Amino acid sequence: MRVTHRDVVCSFCGTLCDDIEVDVEDGRIAEVRHACRIGTTKFLSASRHEHRLLKPMVRENGRLKEVSLEEAVERAAEILAGARRPLLYGWSSTSCEAQSVGIELAEVLGGVIDNTSTVCHGPTTIAVHEAGFISCTLGEVKNRADLVIYWGANPMHAHPRHLSRYSIYPRGYFRERGHQDRTLVVVDVRRTDTARLAQKFVRVQPGRDYELISALRAVVNGRKLPTDEVAGVSREDIEELAEMMKSCSFGVLFFGMGLTQSPGRHRNIDNAICLVRDLNTHTKFVIMPMRGHYNVVGFSEVLSWQAGFPFAVDFSKGYAWYNPGETTANDVLQRGECDAMLVVASDPVSNFPKPSVENMLRMPIVAIDVHPTPTTMVADVVIPAAIAGIEVEGTAYRMDVVPLRLRKVVEPPEGVLSDVEVLQRILERVKEIKG
Amino acid sequence: MKLVLKNGYVYDPANGVNGEKMDIFIENGKIVEEVSGAKEIDCSGMLVMPGGVEIHSHIAGGKVNTARLMRPEDHLRNVAPRTSVTRSVCGYSTPSTFLTGYAYSKMGYTTAFTAALPPLMARHTHEELHDIPMLDKGALTVMGNNWLIMHYLSEGRIEHACAYAAWLLRATRGYAIKAVNPGGSEAWGWGRDVRSLDDRVPHFDITPREIIRGLMEINERLSLPHSVHLHPNNLGRVGNFTTTLETLELTRDVKPSRERQVLQLTHAQFHSYGGDSWRNFSSEAESIAKAVNSSDRLVLDMGQVVFGDTTTMTADGPMEYYLSSLTGLKWANKDIELETAPGVTPFVYSEKSPVSGVQWAIGLELALLVESPEKVMLTTDHPNGAPFFTYPKIIAWLMSAKSREEVLERLHRAAQKNTVLGSIDREYGWSEICWVTRTAQARSLGLESKGHLGVGADADVAVYRINPESTDPAREYEAVERAFSATALTVKGGEVVVRDGEVVKVVSGKTLYVDAGVGEELEREVLKDVDYYFKRFYTVNLANYPVQEVYLTSPEAVKVDSGVR
Amino acid sequence: MRFTLITGRTVAQGDAMEKGKTEEEFMKACAIVELDPEDMEKLGVREGDTVRVKTSEGELVLWVRKAPGEQPGVAFIPLGPWANYLIGGDTEATGMPPYKVVDAEITPERGKVPSLEELLRLYTREEVR
Repeated sequence: MRVTHRDVVCSFCGTLCDDIEVDVEDGRIAEVRHACRIGTTKFLSASRHEHRLLKPMVRENGRLKEVSLEEAVERAAEILAGARRPLLYGWSSTSCEAQSVGIELAEVLGGVIDNTSTVCHGPTTIAVHEAGFISCTLGEVKNRADLVIYWGANPMHAHPRHLSRYSIYPRGYFRERGHQDRTLVVVDVRRTDTARLAQKFVRVQPGRDYELISALRAVVNGRKLPTDEVAGVSREDIEELAEMMKSCSFGVLFFGMGLTQSPGRHRNIDNAICLVRDLNTHTKFVIMPMRGHYNVVGFSEVLSWQAGFPFAVDFSKGYAWYNPGETTANDVLQRGECDAMLVVASDPVSNFPKPSVENMLRMPIVAIDVHPTPTTMVADVVIPAAIAGIEVEGTAYRMDVVPLRLRKVVEPPEGVLSDVEVLQRILERVKEIKG
Repeated sequence: MKLVLKNGYVYDPANGVNGEKMDIFIENGKIVEEVSGAKEIDCSGMLVMPGGVEIHSHIAGGKVNTARLMRPEDHLRNVAPRTSVTRSVCGYSTPSTFLTGYAYSKMGYTTAFTAALPPLMARHTHEELHDIPMLDKGALTVMGNNWLIMHYLSEGRIEHACAYAAWLLRATRGYAIKAVNPGGSEAWGWGRDVRSLDDRVPHFDITPREIIRGLMEINERLSLPHSVHLHPNNLGRVGNFTTTLETLELTRDVKPSRERQVLQLTHAQFHSYGGDSWRNFSSEAESIAKAVNSSDRLVLDMGQVVFGDTTTMTADGPMEYYLSSLTGLKWANKDIELETAPGVTPFVYSEKSPVSGVQWAIGLELALLVESPEKVMLTTDHPNGAPFFTYPKIIAWLMSAKSREEVLERLHRAAQKNTVLGSIDREYGWSEICWVTRTAQARSLGLESKGHLGVGADADVAVYRINPESTDPAREYEAVERAFSATALTVKGGEVVVRDGEVVKVVSGKTLYVDAGVGEELEREVLKDVDYYFKRFYTVNLANYPVQEVYLTSPEAVKVDSGVR
Repeated sequence: MRFTLITGRTVAQGDAMEKGKTEEEFMKACAIVELDPEDMEKLGVREGDTVRVKTSEGELVLWVRKAPGEQPGVAFIPLGPWANYLIGGDTEATGMPPYKVVDAEITPERGKVPSLEELLRLYTREEVR
């Protein structure tokens, strides 16, 4: 018998589409509608148990051996409670409820807790501390925006339904003709698939976005550029873009890793926020980061309201201490400070740079995940988890900080618990060990 | 759980008790007539009041967290590590949720309402409320810039507007109708604002006057426990008192559906400004107080300023932009589709500044010039005027003219010249303090079991280490401030949660929200319109919008059968 | 030939990742370097050939793919363990490693692209399950 679930929230990326339809037959996902290619794969893969972690494992004599959940939890608690400076990392692909338990665990352990924003929009957060933040929810873009800029972001690949759900194609209240009422501009170092859709594509030289932003600010503020080109972009193009930005009714600047990961990092974003602030003296303009994982925002929200800081929090003094560059995961790892790691719903062995991975391999790793990954392949304890948004309910925050409740459409595989439950057991055991 | 608080000097003005030495009997979380075999706690020589009720404070939700994120420097203050009872804490003007709960409880507060809930983000507000321990909670749902409200009101479809407002309260698990800069925050969607009650909201066929009137009518037709809770247009602008008076006039022909006000003028201090430039900025607290005195339909909360560094945060987007352009400080903005426009920016109130000095005086003038303490509530619009940790200081100022003089002497002379505070002798007594920190709030909100210690009330009690018989608060104002900073005892739902200023037990409170019923057919019609709006203009599906019950701690629905069909 | 290396997401990488990182599809989506068609001509390589990509951090043999649009002098490797084997750790006190705008030397080379297991062995020097 086929059951159709509607209004399902996709738990892949920060676009957090909540119009997904999932057909379930005999307890397995049979069909998915409205999701993009990646979201569809995520739902369908859930029911392919042969590709998932199904049993807890502990490494013995160099090989991972299946054990009971109790044993795995015990070993995990021993490793973490016995560590002097454990690092708890990941978090962005699980629910707020799980993140909340993780934060308490970090506090009890006196460890460092960090999430994937440390390698994604951490620099954006740092810029916000300095420059503030001028933004809105995505419906404001849908209903009002007539100028849409993607800078250093490639939604056609990273957020496939972004243009159709929010920014270009929807017929908004004040933009009834959809994309005909809007102009798309892309700024990037290469002509991406998103750039090919743009009315204007600006190719900036790699690593020189900061200069281009400064040039735009100068023109927006009524100055003349002293050179014919900046960062590989002609003066004419810069002046044209500045004019487009000043004369629109509602402009939005979406930005991604092109700004956060290239030289300048948070200073690029700081400058971009200042540009948007300058624009607000002429017209209505907002800025929004293209957040990657579906609940990377949720982690920062929960950590901020519980502990005051958005990521990279060190609890070794008993209270929250935050200092990016000092307490961020890659820095803690590369200084060789931590002696154990808990990785939840993340794969740093794949996603961290080489020097960090080399350090990771020197310490015991406890991994809680859904699929085997390079991180689980080298971990010392591996505990399978149910998938939030498919097998477990929970809360997630969209890239514009709109919170939605993830649904459960199928049961998890036999014996596989949610992240929340696994973490609660580890936390309980750690509290007992620590006394 | 049985408890007796013995021999304290009890203030319970709602029940005519003013400093009587008596015992308070508690059983199963309620105040009872008497109880036997109970644990006894001696409260001799101490002041006993109902637990404090916070009616307007920005403690949970989107913009509160945006402020936390934007101000990591704020979290280097008030830092304390985890204990066997409490979690680690930090924060001053943007405290963490755990600190918020512990700190209010330490001051004897047992109930708190978060001032502005944006419907689309309601789930976030409730997630944060969930993590605020020690307090019963509620939230005020913003509606003053809501597209559906504006459309129904502009079309004169008042019943539909009522049904939608009722639905919205239920969907957001909100308690009351809040309006912030009605019409202005929608104009901010285009970078604009409204300046008068009769400015047309761009693209919408309605004015602020019509929105405010309409919301009051909705509120009374639905017979909601609280009245409309209003942050009027032109907050913070020189000379705005005229807008405020015009706004208050709108209550003249509104009939209350219950025994209460029809409008709460919130953080009134920010709306009582005279003068025509910052240079001759002056207080018009007298005019506002006069209007409140001559009406039986108005109450206000102070919005008191206390000198120091704080963070402003409201759903008044254009005002926050304006403020940050005056100071040049960092500014965060977050317009919310179809609903509202929150903004955040830090601010410093300085003793040397003529403007801050006048602002400080205005809040106190309002409290002292409004004759009945039943119409006044002590707030700082936390954290806009100051963080709520400063309440004990304000209590001391209200009770002691001498303490006010000491401050006035330090301030810029504008504070004396442009206000009348220096000439006011009135000093609050203990009973009046009880009114303005709990009893008036509970009355205004229609919370029948809060703000008093009569039989049947919730067993929420604050015991302060100060003897009202032997203390002259006018002279011993420092002792007053100390006493109200940390209770000898806070009892929440019949359990001792704070002792001698320390949290001894962490409890979770209940979440109060209003469930107002309207006619089925009317609701069906309105839901068709709501469905259309979601399909066309929102970016979430209707099914995913209402807040699921799992987010509320011990939810308690206040049911109202409005009779609206 | 000198290139500026950037790493990032592709839909294929995301899709393959959800199917399982230990699957072949993931390797095919990630162990590649996208080059501007004109640069490919200068290098003398065609789609599907292999090249050696070398940075100050490390070197790997990867398959060549044609970039979707013009990007002279820019090489793009999808996010994943192959890309990150070439990325250094200096966060310049921001927490963020230098994932983008890295100097790279790319030379044509007929070689074997390491599988995920082989890549991990480069780290651990041991057999990985």
